[in-house]
Amino acid sequence: MTRISGTKVVFGRPELDRLIALLRADGYRVIGPCIADGAVVYDEVTSTEDLPEGWRDDSQPGRYRLDATGDGELFGYGLGAQGWKRFLYPPRQMLFRAEKAGRGFRIQQRDDDGTPPLAFLGVRACELAAIGVFDRVFHQKGFEEPGYLRRRTDALVIAVECARAADSCFCVSMHTGPALPAGYDLRLNEVVDGTRHVFVAEAGSERGAALLDRLSVDVPPPALVAEAAGQAEAASRQQRRRMDPDVAGILARSLESNHWEEVAKRCLTCGNCTMVCPTCFCTTVEDVTDLSGNNAERWRTWDSCFTIDYSHIAGGALRQKASSRYRQWMTHKLSTWHQQFGVSGCVGCGRCITWCPVGIDITEEAAALAQAEGTSAAGQGHLAESPGDAGQGR
Amino acid sequence: MDGFAQHDDLMPLPVDPMIPRLFRIVKVKKEVRGVFTWHLVPVDGGDFSYRPGQFNMLYAFGAGEVAISISGDCRDKDKIVHTIRMAGSVTKIMSQLPVGATVGVRGPFGRPWPIEPLYGADLLFVTGTIGLAPLRPLIYEVLHQRDKFGKVVICYGSRGTEDILFEDELHQWRGRFDTNVHVTVHSAPSGYRGRVGSVAAAVRAASIEGANTQAFVCRSETMTKPAVDALRARGITSDRIWVTLERNMKCGVGLCGHCQFGPTFMCKDGPVYRFDQIEHLFEIREL
Repeated sequence: MTRISGTKVVFGRPELDRLIALLRADGYRVIGPCIADGAVVYDEVTSTEDLPEGWRDDSQPGRYRLDATGDGELFGYGLGAQGWKRFLYPPRQMLFRAEKAGRGFRIQQRDDDGTPPLAFLGVRACELAAIGVFDRVFHQKGFEEPGYLRRRTDALVIAVECARAADSCFCVSMHTGPALPAGYDLRLNEVVDGTRHVFVAEAGSERGAALLDRLSVDVPPPALVAEAAGQAEAASRQQRRRMDPDVAGILARSLESNHWEEVAKRCLTCGNCTMVCPTCFCTTVEDVTDLSGNNAERWRTWDSCFTIDYSHIAGGALRQKASSRYRQWMTHKLSTWHQQFGVSGCVGCGRCITWCPVGIDITEEAAALAQAEGTSAAGQGHLAESPGDAGQGR
Repeated sequence: MDGFAQHDDLMPLPVDPMIPRLFRIVKVKKEVRGVFTWHLVPVDGGDFSYRPGQFNMLYAFGAGEVAISISGDCRDKDKIVHTIRMAGSVTKIMSQLPVGATVGVRGPFGRPWPIEPLYGADLLFVTGTIGLAPLRPLIYEVLHQRDKFGKVVICYGSRGTEDILFEDELHQWRGRFDTNVHVTVHSAPSGYRGRVGSVAAAVRAASIEGANTQAFVCRSETMTKPAVDALRARGITSDRIWVTLERNMKCGVGLCGHCQFGPTFMCKDGPVYRFDQIEHLFEIREL
């Protein structure tokens, strides 16, 4: 029996295929990285053939391209636009159906227990942190989101540690990566060199250990273990963006800063940042009827604080100006989130930077706000180290 | 109906706060122009309890849902009362629903007005137009426990003489020896013998002593500030001023994000706030 944590094993690509097949045979829907529309997306995978073999993402402010590397790596990319939130908290969820009955109507509560459990293949450290944030958001005192909790409890997480950082990444300064902390069922390091293409694996839970027991694995040589262990350090060194460690305080003091108007000159209020953000959780509801008028439904859909309707009350929207809406998003994400949920809402994945059509960089805006208030705490380019850094501990 | 659990005509109490419970409209009362009051009873015959200041999400079949504060007496276990102003498409459809129609109710949500912690204080209510509706449950409760409080003063303002909400009750309260009611209007026909002017002016004229007074304010966000300023001019400090505010409420449980006001979710951390706790946020535009 494989022990949880501490025992590393190694296997090749055929065993990864077996792992996918075992999970599917166990009734899991396996979700992993695929290529669609020129980007890495998360979708159902049936074998390693579906994975983005030999592709690397070039993620920069306002730019995302995939480059062919020919090195055969399956997890050589960093991130795509989508996080795992679309599977844990889908963009459209039916809340209930109602039908006319006699003089009134009745409500049929949705019963979604029929959906299969999910296995996530290729979860990055920042994404694990984002799921951890969601766990807090949807599991509050006095209210639990039942659909999320069921999907989350069922989900099996196979994390893959980053071997390199993209230009947009800043997880080091958010203390969320690139090294994998706990919170996975299995963790993998993909090692490709001239002679081998292998996965160094370790279980993080009983479920993960039981899975490893069913695979044909070897004991990895010390040199391989060392090479795998060096991947996250290399990815750390590549990161040049950083978030100011005092950003929560800077934002709390900057509610009336003139800088918001500067951002508003560039911000299109398109809401892309909120859609790609792995922790943005805002939703709205839509009530619809069929043509007969006898059947109604309520749908919960993802919403964005950048829409004008978001703050609508009788009398009009409260946040009319783009500057107010950008301030709401950034201040919530990096400052008031702490008061609401005890953590930052930002995990440093950099998606909001990459997928912003005009390349607004949340780390640069934080630095500009700090400069505007004249209290820039740390020197530029210096990565803050924290002794309680969960992302770095193993 | 694949994937949906079938329910009988009588719904059990909802365990999911996102699912409305069915209520029947047993009375519709026209109030001032564009405002009506519903008396609702649960179709399932069960109980419904709430505290003054809380609100429900009301659902009109197929049309949508709106956040409406409860305007009745929380000791009345026979019905829940909502007073609704026609403001948008959903409330317009609601205004056309007859007695006997079924509506959905989720709630009660939100932080209520404080009552027991304020025993012994003089109370001052400051409100206008439809704003009396969220305060009425508190006024009822204070009158139920009248001996627990000192003075009770109500300052109410409306635009004209035709839109004084709950005018009969204001008269009734004014007729009591233990309450003091000031009704003021912004404009009045010639010969009107009541007070004309702002609510703030009524507050300045009210017979209160600031040091032992707790104030409750329900006004639009724009009009809350003049009311608070008038209260402070009377020596009532921010930690003894309670306001109820309005944001776009969608879920009621702090999940949808719409009602955020600074770090708070107004649907669960509000809508009632002690003013000193939000004072630093209050005058920031478009927050």
